[in-house]
Amino acid sequence: MNNGAGRRINGAAEEDDDEDDVNGDLDAWERTYTDERSWESLQEDESGMLRPIDNQALYHSQYRRRLRSLSSTAARIQKGLIRYLYIVIDLSRAASEMDFRPSRIAVIAKHVETFIREFFYQNPLSQVGIVTIKDGVAHCLTDIGGSPESHINALMKKLECSGDSSLQNALDLVDGYLNQIPSYGHREVLILYSALSTCDPGDIMDTIQKCRKSKIRCSVIGLAAEMFICKHLCQETGGTYSVALDESHFKELILEHAPPPPAIAEFAVANLIKMGFPQRAAEGSISICSCHKEAKVGAGYTCPRCKAHACELPTECCVCGLTLVSSPHLARSYHHLFPIAPFDEVTSSHLNNPNCKLQRNCFGCQQSLLDPGNKPGPAVVCPKCKRYFCLDCDIYIHESLHNCPGCDSLRHS
Amino acid sequence: MASAPSKLYADDVSLVVVLLDTNPFFWSSSSLSFSQFLSHVLAFLNAILTLNQLNQVVVIATGYNSCDYVFDSSSDLNRSFENGRMPVMCSSLLQKLEEFLITDEQLSKEEPEGKIKPSLFSGSLSMALCYIQRVFRSGALHPHPRILCLQGSVDGPEQYVAIMNAIFSAQRSSVPIDSCYIGSQNSAFLQQASYITGGVHHKPQNLDGLFQYLMTIFATDLHSRSFIHLPKPVGVDFRASCFCHKNTIDMGYICSVCLSIFCKHHKKCSTCGSVFGQAQSEAASASDKKRKTPET
Repeated sequence: MNNGAGRRINGAAEEDDDEDDVNGDLDAWERTYTDERSWESLQEDESGMLRPIDNQALYHSQYRRRLRSLSSTAARIQKGLIRYLYIVIDLSRAASEMDFRPSRIAVIAKHVETFIREFFYQNPLSQVGIVTIKDGVAHCLTDIGGSPESHINALMKKLECSGDSSLQNALDLVDGYLNQIPSYGHREVLILYSALSTCDPGDIMDTIQKCRKSKIRCSVIGLAAEMFICKHLCQETGGTYSVALDESHFKELILEHAPPPPAIAEFAVANLIKMGFPQRAAEGSISICSCHKEAKVGAGYTCPRCKAHACELPTECCVCGLTLVSSPHLARSYHHLFPIAPFDEVTSSHLNNPNCKLQRNCFGCQQSLLDPGNKPGPAVVCPKCKRYFCLDCDIYIHESLHNCPGCDSLRHS
Repeated sequence: MASAPSKLYADDVSLVVVLLDTNPFFWSSSSLSFSQFLSHVLAFLNAILTLNQLNQVVVIATGYNSCDYVFDSSSDLNRSFENGRMPVMCSSLLQKLEEFLITDEQLSKEEPEGKIKPSLFSGSLSMALCYIQRVFRSGALHPHPRILCLQGSVDGPEQYVAIMNAIFSAQRSSVPIDSCYIGSQNSAFLQQASYITGGVHHKPQNLDGLFQYLMTIFATDLHSRSFIHLPKPVGVDFRASCFCHKNTIDMGYICSVCLSIFCKHHKKCSTCGSVFGQAQSEAASASDKKRKTPET
């Protein structure tokens, strides 16, 4: 029984469908090894000794490769901070395929929800709209707006898939809507395409040129295979095209569109936008809230121009149309304008140099930078303040904190 | 903003990272002397360690020229008891603090008189957040971290962006920032930090009783905060200041490129140099381009 089960494990353990059949014949102790074959995560080093794969170093080197590719050009690239993004979701027959578990559309919906929340977190002044393609026709599911909950609720209700997909109809619809937005906004479209074909009423090349003239930046994430027309669309309009290999890769690709992309200067006209900074309504004051149309006590904000009540920020005043924000919303985007330089890796020649005073602990978290054998382990150094940091602090500082603790702890004259 | 939801905290084990303000310019003009202040704080830190045997305390000194760690209760040196009385904590903390103050003073350079003298609050806040991330990485069972800022120095406007970045990162990781302001004016940074992250802000009226304020307000662990009446945020001002005059405004103009705030309509942004109303690739005159008038 063991040999038979062993052969089946090698061949079929990869496929989730067969797992139940395989596991049914195994002993209980064998089942613990079907998922995790720990002997495969061993490597041999130069002297022939076995050691486990260093996941942390792999993760960190992946992160550094990504950082290098993103910041390969000049450090200060202008970013488009006020974005009007349309998410086009393909609800054709192909989206109900089950190669992504439980189905492509379920995976898409789940990750679009995460993306919308992350998008509004990173770009509080931007707005999103959702367009769906079903039976060859494009519909606008939600109007362009700034409230994440309304988009997510609308999306979760309409997830039935049928019919063909039409890229041209979607682009025409989005082009029509995006021509109405103010000229200082950056126009973007993110297409989540599951189909392998497009059924268009006319010449899609004309539509692509129209989008290019309207300065809309189109990006596509494919779930099936690479298509020429998507690649051409992205190249013409300056967007990015990627194809997802699996669910986690899809999540990574879609979240890459959350931070603002590099702006093409001619695309958006610089303008002064009038905005209001409302104060919180006094405790205990009663007013009629303009978004819910009912009386509310205390909580909420008062528009400085027309004194109407608004429940949450950022929003547009329902009465006078003034954009209402609070200063933290603006501050959330400042790190895009003042990015910190990537840290350099500490080379082994530098470490072995006896003249150089070695910093034993990471400056940020005080973790020891030495290996268990008291030899210097991997570390990075800030090019400005010359402090050493561990790899985890490096990732945290660049992805979340956006401040170098070393530079902030030194007074500049 | 509501305080950090207590349902996340099933335990009352806490890690308190204390940011101690040691700015000599502030302490030389404060009504409370630094040694009295330290005696209040040391008693408070001891009390936290006795509230739960798994509690941890880390102290970071915020100086004028530098910031550094001065105490970590979880390091091996600090765990033993001296003759069953006060733990080694006091002597090692005081010794490290003295070394830090000497080093900080040596880094001083000549500064012109009359400038405001803020401490490097953003640096110590960033270090505290890096330490807390390390605690999060240490596994599923870890104490619940929070940050307590004991600040008296004035706010340094040049640190605004760095402090806001740190606040948003703390909000993301659900780390409340409590703040106790012991100076004479008001600190808008500390109020915003506590409000956004769901912490508690308080400015004690009588500094002689600082220990009592610390024990009754700031010693509470995160789980118990839902059962205790703590000072509510009063009048946190989120209005912005204009970049040209530094006045607080409630309606202003924002540059769409760099998000700088102005109180009056300008032709050109002073921060990023963009000319308004025209595409940025064209410099001076562009009569053929349609001028988009700003919303009134």
